[in-house]
Amino acid sequence: MSLTRAERNIIVSMWGKIAAQADAIGTETLERLFASYPQTTTYFPHFDLHPGSAHLRSHGSKVVSAVGDAVKNIDDIASALSKLGELHAYILRVDPVNFKLLAHCLLVTVASHFPADFTADAHAAWDKFLSVVSSVLTEKYR
Amino acid sequence: MGTCRSLGAGAALAEARSGARGCTMVLSAADQAAVRALWRKLDTNVGVYTTEALERTFVAFPSTKTYFAHLDLRPGSAQVKAHGQKVADALTLAVNHLDDLPRALSALSDLHAHKLQVNPVNFKLLGHCLLVTLARHYPGDFSPALQASLDKFLSHVIWALASSYR
Repeated sequence: MSLTRAERNIIVSMWGKIAAQADAIGTETLERLFASYPQTTTYFPHFDLHPGSAHLRSHGSKVVSAVGDAVKNIDDIASALSKLGELHAYILRVDPVNFKLLAHCLLVTVASHFPADFTADAHAAWDKFLSVVSSVLTEKYR
Repeated sequence: MGTCRSLGAGAALAEARSGARGCTMVLSAADQAAVRALWRKLDTNVGVYTTEALERTFVAFPSTKTYFAHLDLRPGSAQVKAHGQKVADALTLAVNHLDDLPRALSALSDLHAHKLQVNPVNFKLLGHCLLVTLARHYPGDFSPALQASLDKFLSHVIWALASSYR
C-alpha cells in the first residue's frame, strides 16, 4: 500500500499546524490511549501515567516527533524509520495491535484540535499514512 | 464455553472486567452516566453525527461500501442521511437500555447476522469514525475519560450486535 500524491499533499500540508502543538497533541494522544485501552500501560511500568505528567509529555513529544520524521520523508518512510523499527522489533516488542490503538487515539486528538481541517478525505489520508508507519515499525518483527 | 466472542481490544477488555462466569457485560455506573449525559447533549443531532460517521467510514475504509451497493453513496446523499438516522435510532435505543443491551438489540443482531451478514470487524470501523466525528464537534468536551466511556459503550453494542452470528 502506498500513498497517492493527493494523500501526501494532505499530510504534508496539515503537518505544520500539528507540529506547532506537538507536545499537547502527543500528551493528549497518550492520555486517550491509556484511558480507553488500559492494557497498553503494560509497556510503561516505569512511567508516571497521571494526566499531564512529565513522562507523558516527554514521551508524547517523542511519538509526534517520529511521526514528523515520517512526514518529512514521506516518499521513503521505511528508510526514515528504520532504526525505530529495529527498536520496536528487537527491544520494545510492542504487540502490533497497539499501533492501531495509538493511531486511533492520535486521529481523535487531531480531529479534536483541527475540526475544520480534518475532513473525511484528510481522515482517510491520515489513517492510511499511520498504517504505513505502523507496518514499517512492525516490519522486522519476524 | 459461553457465548462471549472477542472482537478486539474493547470487547476483550469488557470480557475481562465481567469475570469468568458467563458474559454479563454491563457498563459501570460511571460509564453509563457519561454516555447518558452525552446523549442528552447530542439531543436531536445524533443523526447528524452518525451520518458524518458513515460518510467517513466509506471514505477511509472503502471496503465497507460493499454492503451498500443499493445506495447512492455520494457525499450529501439523502439515502446515506436516512441510513445515518437508522443507526442513530439504534444507538439511542441502546443508550436507553444500557442494563439490557443483548435483549434490546437482539432483533438488530438477527438482522445483521442472518440477513445483512455484515462482517463484525466493520462495526469497529464505524465506531472509530463516530468517535472522530464527536471529537471534531465537541473539541473541548471530548475528554480522554469520555472517549473511554463511549468506546466501552460501543464495544458493548458491537458485542450485542454480533451475538447472533454463531
